[in-house]
Amino acid sequence: MEKSKKEVLVLEDILGSNKKIASSIRQKLLEHQILAVNLLSSPGSGKTSLLEKIGQKLQGKYRVGVIEGDVETERDAERIRKIGLPAWQITTHGACHLEAKMLARIFDQIPADLDFLFIENVGNLVCPASFDLGESLRFVLLSVPEGDDKPKKYPEAFITSQVFVLTKYDLLPYLPFDRERVVKEALEINPRLSVFQTSAVTGEGIAELCAFLESELEKRRVKNA
Amino acid sequence: MHEMSIVADLFTIIEEQARKSGATRVTKVKVLIGELSGVVPELFRSAFHSYKKGTIADKARLEIKVTKIKFKCHGCGKEITAKNIMDESFSYACPFCGSKDMELVSGRDLYLEKLEIETS
Repeated sequence: MEKSKKEVLVLEDILGSNKKIASSIRQKLLEHQILAVNLLSSPGSGKTSLLEKIGQKLQGKYRVGVIEGDVETERDAERIRKIGLPAWQITTHGACHLEAKMLARIFDQIPADLDFLFIENVGNLVCPASFDLGESLRFVLLSVPEGDDKPKKYPEAFITSQVFVLTKYDLLPYLPFDRERVVKEALEINPRLSVFQTSAVTGEGIAELCAFLESELEKRRVKNA
Repeated sequence: MHEMSIVADLFTIIEEQARKSGATRVTKVKVLIGELSGVVPELFRSAFHSYKKGTIADKARLEIKVTKIKFKCHGCGKEITAKNIMDESFSYACPFCGSKDMELVSGRDLYLEKLEIETS
């Protein structure tokens, strides 16, 4: 038979399968009234240190769990367990980001009575931004030593986040970092961002960030009550 | 470099579509890549061509159309095409009415638009 050529119109979202898994995770989190936060930043900008501080502050009053995403090792999960919180490590073995299906694989282990679930993404300010994990809120972190020019250089991470945390803020006096510029540029690409500044060394800003998280949790619980 | 895992998802869709339409071979794949999707067309292209080996799209050409960043202003209802959000001059405000109440309506998308297939 003669070979015949034809066109097939598909129009299918390439990330559709990730989005589908993410929305089923989102649904489960909503049912259990868990506030999930996906943390994005470069490696070494202080995601784990921030989580240690937030975790310590919230753990008396709330049930907190942490998912740690890294290319290799259990190191971050071990740091979180040391402060008495449950932690689940996802090692991606090379992948530069977390995907919803990686979370789905361990989701059975997450207790339904958690209040907060923090998901520390693989350290990378680019790739994780493209993958919805079903989170309630996305945080983008930028540490003072990284420089004040980053929001416009890595716009997707800032556009898809609701919260912008400036970390290692105690280093501000020692570095040429223009706080006004970084906040202005971040708000130029995403005016809805809430901005916080924290230091895991001095503890500055941790109480404010925790108060924000508590109010987000309560707001959602009232809405769904 | 997350393009490879996206290309893997693309091939899942290609193979399913090819099966559904009774294709013996896929000769062309056309995708839409949003300027703000975080996907670099060049890297996507090389990931595609290394992934296609041994699949039904073994010899397929890849056509990429980059879709522009578009906002819809809730202040005046107009659509705004942002040339480049990374521009120093980009400021998040409607050029027509000055409102900051804008919604990103296009530019983050990643779509398989169509396939060209051979059937026997």
